[in-house]
Amino acid sequence: MYVAAKGGEKAIRNAHRLLAKRRRGNPNLPDITLAQIAQQLTLAVDRVMAEGSLFDPELAALAVKQARGDLIEAIFLIRAFRTTLPRFGASRPVDTAAMLVRRRVSATFKDLPGGQLLGPTFDYTHRLLGASAGVEGQYDEVDDATDHVAVLAGAAGAGPMPRVTDLLGADGLIEPSPADAGEEPFDITRTPVTYPVDRATRLQTLARGDEGYLLALGYSTQRGFGRTHPFVGEIRFGDVEVSFFAEELGFEVSLGTLQLTECQMVTQFTGTAQAPPQFTRGYGLVFGQCERKAMSMALVERSLRWAELGEEKGAPAQDEEFVLAHSDNVQATGFVEHLKLPHYVDFQAELDLVRRMRAERAAEAGPEAFEEAAE
Amino acid sequence: MPDISFESATPSYVPAAGFGDPVFGAQAAFRAVMWALSRPGRPEPLPVDLVPPAPLSAEAAAVVLALCDHETPLWLDPALAAAPEVAAFLRFHTGAPLVAEPGAARFAIVSNPLDMLDFSVFAAGSPDYPDASATLVLQLDGFTPQAPAARALRLEGPGVEGALAFAAGPLPADIAARLAGNRALFPRGVDLILTAPGAVAGLPRSVVAREA
Amino acid sequence: MSAAPDPAAPDPATPESDAAPAGPLLPELAYNFAYLDEQTKRMIRRAILKAIAIPGYQVPFAAREMPMPYGWGTGGVQVTAAVLGPDDVLKVIDQGADDTTNAVAIRGFFEKTAGVATTTRTSEASVIQTRHRIPEQPLTERQILVYQVPIPEPLRFLEPRETETRQLHALAEYGLVHVKLYEDIARHGHIATTYAYPVEVAGRYVMDPSPIPKFDNPKMDDCPALQLFGAGREKRIYAIPPHTRVRSLDFDDHPFRVQRFAEPCAMCGARGVYLDEVILDDRGGRMFVCSDTDHCETRQAEGHHGGMWGGAPGAAA
Repeated sequence: MYVAAKGGEKAIRNAHRLLAKRRRGNPNLPDITLAQIAQQLTLAVDRVMAEGSLFDPELAALAVKQARGDLIEAIFLIRAFRTTLPRFGASRPVDTAAMLVRRRVSATFKDLPGGQLLGPTFDYTHRLLGASAGVEGQYDEVDDATDHVAVLAGAAGAGPMPRVTDLLGADGLIEPSPADAGEEPFDITRTPVTYPVDRATRLQTLARGDEGYLLALGYSTQRGFGRTHPFVGEIRFGDVEVSFFAEELGFEVSLGTLQLTECQMVTQFTGTAQAPPQFTRGYGLVFGQCERKAMSMALVERSLRWAELGEEKGAPAQDEEFVLAHSDNVQATGFVEHLKLPHYVDFQAELDLVRRMRAERAAEAGPEAFEEAAE
Repeated sequence: MPDISFESATPSYVPAAGFGDPVFGAQAAFRAVMWALSRPGRPEPLPVDLVPPAPLSAEAAAVVLALCDHETPLWLDPALAAAPEVAAFLRFHTGAPLVAEPGAARFAIVSNPLDMLDFSVFAAGSPDYPDASATLVLQLDGFTPQAPAARALRLEGPGVEGALAFAAGPLPADIAARLAGNRALFPRGVDLILTAPGAVAGLPRSVVAREA
Repeated sequence: MSAAPDPAAPDPATPESDAAPAGPLLPELAYNFAYLDEQTKRMIRRAILKAIAIPGYQVPFAAREMPMPYGWGTGGVQVTAAVLGPDDVLKVIDQGADDTTNAVAIRGFFEKTAGVATTTRTSEASVIQTRHRIPEQPLTERQILVYQVPIPEPLRFLEPRETETRQLHALAEYGLVHVKLYEDIARHGHIATTYAYPVEVAGRYVMDPSPIPKFDNPKMDDCPALQLFGAGREKRIYAIPPHTRVRSLDFDDHPFRVQRFAEPCAMCGARGVYLDEVILDDRGGRMFVCSDTDHCETRQAEGHHGGMWGGAPGAAA
């Protein structure tokens, strides 16, 4: 006798109660606060904002907590929330030259106007586990203002810190930034993408693309799969003001500031009999301090421009549909993980066919051969 | 603080009300249109609770309010375009850009089907994106052979079980030939939503229509 | 020109206040009927209408990010949300069953966001969202069947590039699919595709019927109900209007055939239905029961019993 098992609803309820319990962990330990996450796990919060496409550190901290530290799950939570928000329009382009710079390094020049500013970086730390991190009181008091030295100097005279690509561009040594046509850019969250894509679509897709995926693709270009001879023209991280032109008011309003990491990669020069040689560029721009992501994005962005720059195609990182269609980790994780949903109807169909074909094979070969094969 | 004038934002004409309940009104109109296009030539009831400015009919208005917004350029036939209240009403309720060029429209409202432009002036989509095509919303008097300038058609194709007799008017005398021309473009072509008092019927591009 | 940022301003990502936010961070959110905002519904509705007008053609649509993972029914959920009205009665099945976990989760989503009536009875439903099955009970003319689709492109596993497959559809160039099916025959003596078996719709487009077993393919042909297909991650919607010719691809010498089960359902005794294999022990014991739980329970209630019938579902064995 057999009675069909029921109770999917109850099982789901119980699973979610268990999840909440495991999320909380040992109740004798204090509950982690959102402010602690936002303050002490800033780079996790930044990654969630960048790939979640929503700049809000507190919501991102909430997502990190709710997701038990699973950043792709946290990104998913932010995306699902973001999609319910009303869309008022597109902001004015942000001006990264006017950035309040907290970090700025260039690999192409030893010194340059505004100077090099290391800022809060892991670079040059000795990766010795447990030396001081996490131990109460074991950090030097640093005046936060030291972060702003360059800008303070600039404010006294030279104006905003110029971008390295602007300095090169003044001599015509690097291709100019594409002109702003003034049109509202394609929005990948509102219109299905069709290939080939324009620059705005490419950059948007990469900006919300998975950091690890872009890192691997960017790395592959350095190892020869679509080499672009990159130099870090500049990486800058800091605060920029974002503003919106309100049609009904007829003037621009400031919406506040957000933090961005921008990477300008100076890459393989071009030139023809008609046009003198000049460097090309790959561009990366990401919410928060996400330097690895911004650099990877710039490398991949540059590789995808092979056709426009008359280069040969052959490397995975140059394949636009492949690169862009698989970059979104919320899509990727959903589809990979859906394999754990029941598929027994389809499996039954396959099972039946395989059994039938095996039976036919056995019948054709005769009982002796079958026995032999079975040994 | 700058001096803000809202003068220009205030319409000189206050548009008539849209759906009594925008969420469920739009849903009900969409469902009627969905069934109408799913079963060509079978009119669906379309109860409406809005009173648009003439010569826009309540049924055509319901269809357009349910389906159009700032993403759908809208074209009005000369009789509708001549009534500024109609444009104001549609702009207010849908936000759809009104276009003078029929080829640029995703939706078109035809209040006077007897003088209807040839289908070929509207977007028919491309072979790889045949959905990028116009939907024409026609205002008719009825779905019976007794309607003025009614044309009788015999329909076949997806959504039609076997074959179906369909009559509607007013329609141009050569409507069967026009529909055949549209069908010949398949999968490209325009789709027709026919409205009449209290009802809506569909003639999608997939329909095969002959004179009955 | 906007003012330059004040260098002394606190870092916005690291607010100086160390007080934890008191109470809930977000107000309780009120979502629109059936979750989607009206603009999104209009966009999906327009796509549905074009899909109906061009049977079997995949209409691109701007799928939204839903509060459930891609691949778990986001396309079907968006289609259902766009068609659903307050008077609808919704049924949700996965693998033919109303009580599979994902079916329960999706049904709960619409109970919460749309407050619509739900049912497990195929005959009572006006909208049926499904993953991997078509109900056994024939559908009727006022019903809408919404399929969840993972990969809408029937040519995808022959040609991975969208840029290429779109051209093949535009040219109605479907030789590749036939070659694939014929290679199966050469290799295995059978067409080795058992689910997501490609169909030709209204004599024009080759279409992926979603991963239903090919057993269900004949139910699509001349079906009185409207069939809508939603693929959220791939951002495509397609449709089969009622009473449309749907032909499973085949060859003169290898006509399309569906699977036949040797035994009837162990619970309700039904024959000619799709069965799930249930493994009972580790000594090869197994039984076959209806995949369509509503069909099976209805039959049991009507007094039909199979060899393993042990009483009404949920009762003690």
